[in-house]
Amino acid sequence: MKKLIGLLLTLAMVMTMAMVAFADGEAIKVGVVNNPPSESGYREANVNDFINVFSEENGYDAGFYYSIKNDEQLSAARQFITDGVDYLLISAAETTGWDSVLKDAQEAGIGVFLFDRMIECDPELFEAAVVSDMAMEGETAVNWLLDQKLDEYNIIHIQGAMGSDAQLGRTGALDAQFEAGTMKKVVQQTATWDEAEAKKIVESVINSKEPFNVIYAENDGMAKGAVAALDEAGITHGVDKDVIVMGFDCNKWALRELLAGNWNYDGQCSPFQAQVISDMIQKLEAGEEIEGLNDMKQIISVEKGFDAREITEDDIATYGLGE
Amino acid sequence: MEKTMKKQSGFLTNYSQLLIPLIAVALLVIFNLIRDPSFFSVGIAANNNGFPVLQGNLISILNGASELVILSMGMTLVTAASGGQDISVGALAAIAGSVFVKVLKSGPITGWSVIGGFVLCCIVAMIFGAFNGTLVACFRIQPMIATLILFTCGRSVAYWINGGATPTVESPIITAIGSFIPGIPIPTPILIVVVTGVIFALIFRFTNLGLYIQTVGINQGAARLNGINSVWIKLLAFIILGACCSIAGMINVSRLSLINHETILINIEMDAILAVAIGGNSLGGGKFRMVGSIIGAYAIQMLTITLYAMKVPSTDVKAYKAIVIIILVVMGSPVVKEKFGRFWSNMKRHRQRTGSLAGKEAQS
Repeated sequence: MKKLIGLLLTLAMVMTMAMVAFADGEAIKVGVVNNPPSESGYREANVNDFINVFSEENGYDAGFYYSIKNDEQLSAARQFITDGVDYLLISAAETTGWDSVLKDAQEAGIGVFLFDRMIECDPELFEAAVVSDMAMEGETAVNWLLDQKLDEYNIIHIQGAMGSDAQLGRTGALDAQFEAGTMKKVVQQTATWDEAEAKKIVESVINSKEPFNVIYAENDGMAKGAVAALDEAGITHGVDKDVIVMGFDCNKWALRELLAGNWNYDGQCSPFQAQVISDMIQKLEAGEEIEGLNDMKQIISVEKGFDAREITEDDIATYGLGE
Repeated sequence: MEKTMKKQSGFLTNYSQLLIPLIAVALLVIFNLIRDPSFFSVGIAANNNGFPVLQGNLISILNGASELVILSMGMTLVTAASGGQDISVGALAAIAGSVFVKVLKSGPITGWSVIGGFVLCCIVAMIFGAFNGTLVACFRIQPMIATLILFTCGRSVAYWINGGATPTVESPIITAIGSFIPGIPIPTPILIVVVTGVIFALIFRFTNLGLYIQTVGINQGAARLNGINSVWIKLLAFIILGACCSIAGMINVSRLSLINHETILINIEMDAILAVAIGGNSLGGGKFRMVGSIIGAYAIQMLTITLYAMKVPSTDVKAYKAIVIIILVVMGSPVVKEKFGRFWSNMKRHRQRTGSLAGKEAQS
C-alpha cells in the first residue's frame, strides 16, 4: 500500500513538473481541423502524421478535431479561436464558407495554414497552403514509365471512380501519351476502385489474346486485382518479367510487393504535410519570413514514386500507408 | 385427376417463367458469337504456380458471377416471402468479410482458423439478417426501408471491425478458396456456387420451405389459418440471405486476399434484385423459381464481360448496361408477354386453319 501511494505521489510530481514546464510558454498552441481517419488510408496516414509531428516532444500543445461535415468543422475552428490557439491548421471538408472564420482568426492574430485542400478565399487570410498537385502525380508515374525505354508500350489502363480527383489526376498524363501516339491503349476501363472488377477487366483482355506489357492501375487494390488475373493466366509480372505493374497510394503491403519484385512502380499522393507546416511555424516563431510560396501562397507537396529496383525496407516503414 | 391437371399447369407456367432469362442469355450468346466466334472458347494453361487451369471468357463469366449468383439465391427467397427486397446485402457481405479477415489476422492462418473464420462470419451475418428480418416480420416495416439502415451503416461497421484502409491476408489456403485449388482446373468459386445450389435443391426437395415461403408471400392470412407461422418464415428467409452474404463476402475477400470495405461487392444489391427480376420472379412476392434468378445473374455477368470485351469507354459502360436492361425488363413485362402470347396463339390458329384448308384441298 505504501509503495502504491509512493508511486502515485511520484507520478503526481512528474505530472506537475511537466505542466510547469509547459506553463513556461514554451509550447506552441495548435488547433488542427481535419477529416476523420476512417475516410481512407490516405487520411489515416495524414492524421497520424499530424499527431506525430505536433507532439509534446516537439514543443507543441495540439488539439485535434475530425469531421467530414463543413459546418461541424467551422464550429470547431471557432472553438479553437476562442481557446486562443497560436496557429490553426485546416483541411476543409468543403472549399467554401470559411471567410468569416478566417477573418476572425486574423483579427485574433492567429496564423492559419491550409493543408491537403484549398479554400476559396482571399490569400491574405492565411499564411500558406500545403497541397498536392494530382496531375503531377500522374506525370511522375508516366515519366517513370517513359524512362523504362520499352520497345513498345501496350497498356491496360484501369481507372478509379470516374470524376474523382485522384482518377482525373492519374488519368490525365497517360491520356496525353495515348493521344501523342507514344503509347498504345489496349484497353481503358473503370473498375470504380473495385479490386475484383479490375481482375475481370484484365481477364477479358487476356481472353481476347491481345498483347500487352504494362498494367497501369490507379490504386493498389486494383493493381492487386490485375496481378491476380495475370497469376491465374500464367503471365509473369514484375522486375524484368513480361508485364510491368504500376499502382498508386503506397500501401505497406503494396510496397512489399515492390520489394519482392512482383510489381514495378508505386506512386503516392503524399499525405505527409505536417513537417513542412511545422518548419514554417518555427520560422514564424523565429521572426523569419516564409519562403518558397507561389503566387497562390501554395507549397506543392513533393510526390513520391517508388521503383521496385530501388525501394528499401526503410522506405516502406517511412512512406507506407496502413499496416 | 384434378390433382395431376393442376400439377401439369403449374409445371408449364413454371417453365414459361424461365423463357425470359433464357432468351436474354441466348441473345447475349448469339451477339458474342457473331462479334467474335472464338468468344466462348475454353483453353487450358498453366498458372504461375505451375498447375493447369481452365481459361476463357466462359470461365470468367461463370467465375465472376459467383457472388452475385449466391446473393440472388437468397434474394429470391426474401423477395418471395416478404414481397420486398433487401438492399443491404453488399454492406452485410462487407461486414461478413471483415469478420472473416479479423479472425484470420488474429493468428497464423491454418485450415482450422479458416473454417472458424467462416463459421463466425456466417453467424454474424445471420444475426444481422435476423435483425433485418425482425424489422420486416415483427414490426412490419417495408423491407427496403428496414434494410436501408444496414445499407447506410454497414460499411462503417465493417471499417470498425478491422480499421485501416485495405487489410490483407496472404495464405495459400485463402488463394485456394478465391482462385484455384492446386490440381483442380475449375475455379473454386464455381465449385462453391455448385455446392450452395445443391444445398438449396436438397432443402426444397426434402422440406416444405419452398411451399411455405410461397404461401406466406401470396397470402399471409391464409398461411396463418393453415398453421404456417408467417413471422418465422419471413425471419428465416432473411437469415438464409444473411448466410448467403457471408459466403459471398468470403469468396470476394479470398479472390484477392484483401478487403476494402468501401468497394467490396459495391452496388451488388441492385444487380441481385435485377437478377431476381430478370429471372421472371414477381418482385411483389409469392411464386418464385430460384433457377430463374440464377440464370438472370449469369446473364448480368455475361453482359458486363461483353461490354469489357467490346472495349466500351469507361464513361459509357453504365449507359450501355441500362439500355440492355431496359430491353430485358420490357420484354419480361406482363403487357408485352400478354401481347406476345396473343400473337402466338393467333399465329397458331391461323396456321391450323390454313393447314386444314390445305388438307381439304388435297382431299378434293
